[in-house]
Amino acid sequence: MKDTHTLEAVGLTAGYDNKTILQNVNLSIPANKISIIIGANGCGKSTLLKTMSRLMKPTSGQALLDGKSIHTMPPKKLARVLGLLPQSPIVPEGITVADLVGRGRFPHQTLLKGWSKQDYEAVAEALDMMNIAEFADRSIDELSGGQRQRVWIAMALAQQTDILFLDEPTTYLDITYQIEILDLLMELNEKHGTTIVMVLHDINLSARYAHHLFAVKNGQLVAEGAPSDIVNEQLIEDIFSLKCRVMNDPVSNTPLILPIGKFHQ
Amino acid sequence: MNNTMLHIQQSRQKRKRRYIAITSLLACIALLLCGTMLMLGNTIYPVRDVVRVLLGHDVDGANFAIGTIRLPRMLAGAFAGFAFGVGGYVFQTMLRNPLANPNVIGITAGSSAAAVFCIVVLQASNTVISIASVVGGLATVLIIYVLAKGASFSIGRLILIGIGIQAMLNAFISYLMLLANTHDIPTALRWLSGSLNGMKLESTYPLIIAVIIMTPLLLYFSKRLSMLELGEQAATSLGVDTNRTRIVLIVGAVIILALATATTGPIAFVAFLAGPIAQRLVGSDFSNVLPAGLIGIILVLAADLIGQFAFSVRYPVGVITGIIGAPYLIYLLIRINRKGDL
Amino acid sequence: MGDVQVTKRQIILPKHFWKVAILLSLLLLVTIAASFIFGSRTISMAGLMDGLFHPDVTSHEASVIRQRIVRTIFSLLCGAALGVAGALMQAVTRNPIADPSILGVNTGASLFVVCGIAFFNISTANEYIWLAIAGAFITAIFVFTIGSLGASGATPLKLVLAGAATSAILSSLVTAIMIPRTNVMDEFRFWQVGSVGSGSWDNILLFLPFLIVGIVIALLTAPALNALALGDEVATGLGVNTVTIRLFAAVGAVLLCGAATALAGPIGFIGLLATHVVRLVIGPDIRFILPLSALTGAIILTIADVCGRLLGSPGELEVGILTAFIGAPILILITMKAKMRAL
Repeated sequence: MKDTHTLEAVGLTAGYDNKTILQNVNLSIPANKISIIIGANGCGKSTLLKTMSRLMKPTSGQALLDGKSIHTMPPKKLARVLGLLPQSPIVPEGITVADLVGRGRFPHQTLLKGWSKQDYEAVAEALDMMNIAEFADRSIDELSGGQRQRVWIAMALAQQTDILFLDEPTTYLDITYQIEILDLLMELNEKHGTTIVMVLHDINLSARYAHHLFAVKNGQLVAEGAPSDIVNEQLIEDIFSLKCRVMNDPVSNTPLILPIGKFHQ
Repeated sequence: MNNTMLHIQQSRQKRKRRYIAITSLLACIALLLCGTMLMLGNTIYPVRDVVRVLLGHDVDGANFAIGTIRLPRMLAGAFAGFAFGVGGYVFQTMLRNPLANPNVIGITAGSSAAAVFCIVVLQASNTVISIASVVGGLATVLIIYVLAKGASFSIGRLILIGIGIQAMLNAFISYLMLLANTHDIPTALRWLSGSLNGMKLESTYPLIIAVIIMTPLLLYFSKRLSMLELGEQAATSLGVDTNRTRIVLIVGAVIILALATATTGPIAFVAFLAGPIAQRLVGSDFSNVLPAGLIGIILVLAADLIGQFAFSVRYPVGVITGIIGAPYLIYLLIRINRKGDL
Repeated sequence: MGDVQVTKRQIILPKHFWKVAILLSLLLLVTIAASFIFGSRTISMAGLMDGLFHPDVTSHEASVIRQRIVRTIFSLLCGAALGVAGALMQAVTRNPIADPSILGVNTGASLFVVCGIAFFNISTANEYIWLAIAGAFITAIFVFTIGSLGASGATPLKLVLAGAATSAILSSLVTAIMIPRTNVMDEFRFWQVGSVGSGSWDNILLFLPFLIVGIVIALLTAPALNALALGDEVATGLGVNTVTIRLFAAVGAVLLCGAATALAGPIGFIGLLATHVVRLVIGPDIRFILPLSALTGAIILTIADVCGRLLGSPGELEVGILTAFIGAPILILITMKAKMRAL
């Protein structure tokens, strides 16, 4: 099982240029659980994820890992505890899958040495877990979108962090791959106790896979808790300005949102 | 130890062996070309004479030809080739685009303009020229970066701005030529596309020293460079201090690029070609700093040998690399455009 | 619905059209005056009058003035041709940064001229023109083809890169051809830097037919080019044969810039500069951009030439150098203003 860390946001405010996107957010990420941040486009959910993972500097407030600000920690030390899969990582041309996944080992390596036994183990484990061991020697350019996404997640896994952030890991994927990726993340959480925090667009899938939901609107946290406790018609109307009905998902026993439109009342 | 681990360990070691083998082969070819540069000329000297001259013995007639003419030419070509190869590779990898190389975005033009200014207007010493070319290169990078940053940074914008800056710098160089009344094409060619003609030994020293100091530094940072290749966000989350890394890499690369430019002029397309060729040969799994540098040496020396001996007239090296390099650039553009990455 | 047609196309002048036209005309007069008066030798008023109105006076000043008159007319015509060529190219490629120099068309013309001098002993301007036009045309098609490959079509970035790459290879070839032939070098060197100092009555007479044909083509294609600005699909929907119009307008542009390049040497950025300034003030309608672009191009080139004469005194600073110096910042400016997806 992974170590238990505390990760909190205290009065977190952030934005681009003069525009404040995130306003005074206070929250605590539940350890060893899957947390999902939901909200409308442009509400600041991605910014929240970025400030909590050192990609963006907050204008005020702090993100604290075990009580220490992540923005003043040595970057490599932080990278051994907290990993992040960006929304659109860049594929270097001509690199093999195994070596790309191996780049996730950077924070564990010294600069001049080659791969250690632990490095090989971590990469092998990540490849096996994502079911992409067969592609290990292939060039990443040859893979499909869903396969690539698994390679990126494998890279984040090889980093072997206790906390893993993912920014919309299922965007642009077919529904089949979406479920596959989310299942893999759930498995990772159950097997290793990895704390997972992600942004997802699909509320129904979020309700299914999250232990804990954070609902964000206009840069502020408006609700948090277990999906079955907080997801209701009022909340959805509040954050998405969308009328809906909420029923019980017969497959997963979690809340299921049915949107109401002009023609379907 | 499970199967997957065994498998990736074996194939990675195989790739590493291949990498080392190809890199060594490149080093051998580079050395061979260096030797050939010393042997060939109006008179062809055997290996024995060349070695004896290099060891400081007196060989009839060969001392002047080899020691004074061919050795500086070879050293300038080899070190400049290495510097262009490494510098180009660093920029291409850091900006994740083979087109974003020092030739295209105007860095070498910046160094060249500063060097020409010092020579023509100030009639400055070698030291001043070296310093000015480094400052010119860094200033160009800074200007391009500040202009490109604007509202939203993009490589495409950076390349376009670089091309604009380069057009101005080349106009400035032409103007300086006019001031100096050097309407002769050889001089103009040297500062616009590079040449090894009339090289003196002492003018190669700054470049040689800089390459010897900067190469280990760039090698040390090459692992971070390959993290930067994954994008800003991925690199940050892997624990790379992206800003510091970028500054070190840019300063290191610009120093060697600038001194190479101050020595030989911006030899066309070497900085652009070396990185992609290295990647074709050895892939992207390991750092390509050394292979790119070696390919730079091979390109410059081979082009210079072709320019000197393949035709009835002697062509400066930049003309040959230009004719070899531009079709490759066009090929690359066609490929990139087809893929729709730009 | 079918009978609703735009049968009568009413021409609505852009808001500032007349103001701009008058302003430009005044500027043109000032430019002409400046071009007569300034130079490495300053001319007295009496000398100016002699040169202009007393053809029988043969003082030195008068002959200087007469030379300057020729030079001025030549540079005005070249500038106008380049301005119109730039506007046409931008419309054809639907791209704000198209310019003969950026697209490498100038270098294509150079290569053909050099080949002509080196291999076919060509030495009259009459023959240069056709070679330059052929070179410009082939290069333009080549660059545009490469730049428009791929799904997103001809974006500025792709076109510029294709142009830069093509220019690089062509200029290497030019050098390679020249180096062994000192006689070619001498002849070509003068031409290469881009100068309107070579203007003569003969050259002007040679140039006029190309200028007229080019401008007529430009005016004829203008309405269709306006439709093309809305995209190929919309243009086709409006009944425009996009391929024919493109080809036709491109021929016009190449005639103009090829002839100007053949006679004055490669002069860059005039088309970019003129068209951009004009579009900024009067909006996107190509029918109005064309005439004003011609005026602006003429003014810019002539002013640049005057500045070159003053700055380079006692010799002269070639106008090609100056236009690159003022034109490149415009390229940068356009780039900085452009939205990313447009690149």
